[in-house]
Amino acid sequence: MRLFRDAGHLFRLAGLFAFGTLFILTIRSFLVPRTFGEYGHYRGAAIAEVAAHPARFAGHQTCETCHTDVAQTKAAGKHAQVNCEACHGPQAKHADDPSSVDPGKPDTAVLCVRCHEASAARPKDFPQVNAGDHSGGVPCQTCHQPHSPAIGSASAPASAAGGTK
Amino acid sequence: MNITRRQLLILLPAAAVAWESVLAGTPEAAPNYNMTDHWWSMLIDIPKCIGCGNCVRACQAENDVPDGFFRTWVERYHVTDWNLENPQVISPDGGKEGFPVAKEDAGKYFFVPKLCNHCADSPCTQVCPVGATFITPDGVVMVDQKYCLGCAYCVQACPYGCRYIHPTKKVADKCTLCYHRITKGLTTACCEACPTGARQLADLKNPKDPIHAFLKTHSVQVLKPQMATGAKVFYNALDGSVR
Repeated sequence: MRLFRDAGHLFRLAGLFAFGTLFILTIRSFLVPRTFGEYGHYRGAAIAEVAAHPARFAGHQTCETCHTDVAQTKAAGKHAQVNCEACHGPQAKHADDPSSVDPGKPDTAVLCVRCHEASAARPKDFPQVNAGDHSGGVPCQTCHQPHSPAIGSASAPASAAGGTK
Repeated sequence: MNITRRQLLILLPAAAVAWESVLAGTPEAAPNYNMTDHWWSMLIDIPKCIGCGNCVRACQAENDVPDGFFRTWVERYHVTDWNLENPQVISPDGGKEGFPVAKEDAGKYFFVPKLCNHCADSPCTQVCPVGATFITPDGVVMVDQKYCLGCAYCVQACPYGCRYIHPTKKVADKCTLCYHRITKGLTTACCEACPTGARQLADLKNPKDPIHAFLKTHSVQVLKPQMATGAKVFYNALDGSVR
C-alpha cells in the first residue's frame, strides 16, 4: 500500500466531493418534480392536468341521444351540418342534469343574423339576406323553422315555438 | 409517545416515501387514449368561413379565456387588386361578435380564423427557460401553468401571436386544442360550434381521417411556411396576402 501512503489528503478531497455530489443530488430530488423528463424536458403530469379541464360543450352526439326528434328534423334540412351547440351554446351542464338545468331558447333576432345578414365579406354561395328588408321586423321563426329552415319543409314553423328566452 | 433514535431513523424514510406519493397525486385517467396513436392538427377551409364568431365565443366559454384575450380569433381581410401586398385586416374584439357589414366594392373579402398552429418544431417551446411549455407526444403545444414563471419569452417567440400572459394567473396561456375534449373522443369547442364546418380537427396519424384525402386534392398552405415551424393548422385556399 505504498501507493496510498501519503494520499490522506486525496481521500479527504474525494470524501468532500462525494458528500457534495450527494448533497446536490438530494436537493435536486426535492426541487425537480417527479414526472419531469417523463416524455421530454417538461413535467409529464402537466399533460393530465390540462386534460382534466371540464368540458362545457357536451357535443352533438350527446345531445342526439335524447333529442332524437330534433336530430331527425335537422338531418333532413339545410342545417344538417350545424351542430346543436352552435346555436344553443355550451350545454354540458344541461346534459349532466337535464331536468334541473334549462338551456333556454336562443334569441333568433340575434342568432340568425350572425350568420345570415348579407355582407360582401361572406362567401357568395352562402345564403344571406338583408334582415330589415327581408322580414320587415317579423321574427325569423315566424316563417323559418330553425332546425329545418327551408319554408314548407317537413316541420311547421310553429313547432319551433318561442324565440326569446 | 417515546420514539427511540432507531425507530425514528426507520420512520423518517417511510414518511418521506408516503409524502412523495401524496404529492404525486393520482393522474386523471383518460381511458383508451394512447398518446402515441395520435398527431393532432386542424384544417381550416377559408371559403367556408362566414365570420360569425361562433368559434371565438365557444373557445372563450369552453376554456375560461378572459375578456380581451383570445386563444382563437377571426380576421377579416380586405384586399384590393391595386394593393395586393397591403391588405386591410380587421378583427373587432377578435371577431367575437361578428364583423361590420361589408359593402360590395372593387376589393375582395375573406375571413381567416387563427389559432395556435401546434407547430411540430415550435419556436415557443424552444425558448422556454424552465421547460414549462412543450409539445406532447400527440402533437399538442401546451403550457404547464404550475411551472411557468410568466417571463413571456414564449409570447414574443410565437410568430403567429397565439400566446398571451393570463391577466390574473400571470402565466402564459394559449390554445390547448381542447386537449381535455380530444382525449375523450370529442372535437374541439371551436369545431363543435362552427356552423359551416370551416374548421375541422384532424388526426394525421389516423389513416381513416378525411384530412388525408383533403390534403391530396386541395391547395393547402400553412401560415408563414418560410419560418419552418412545422405548423399543423392547414388552410385551404389561403390567399397570398395573409400574414
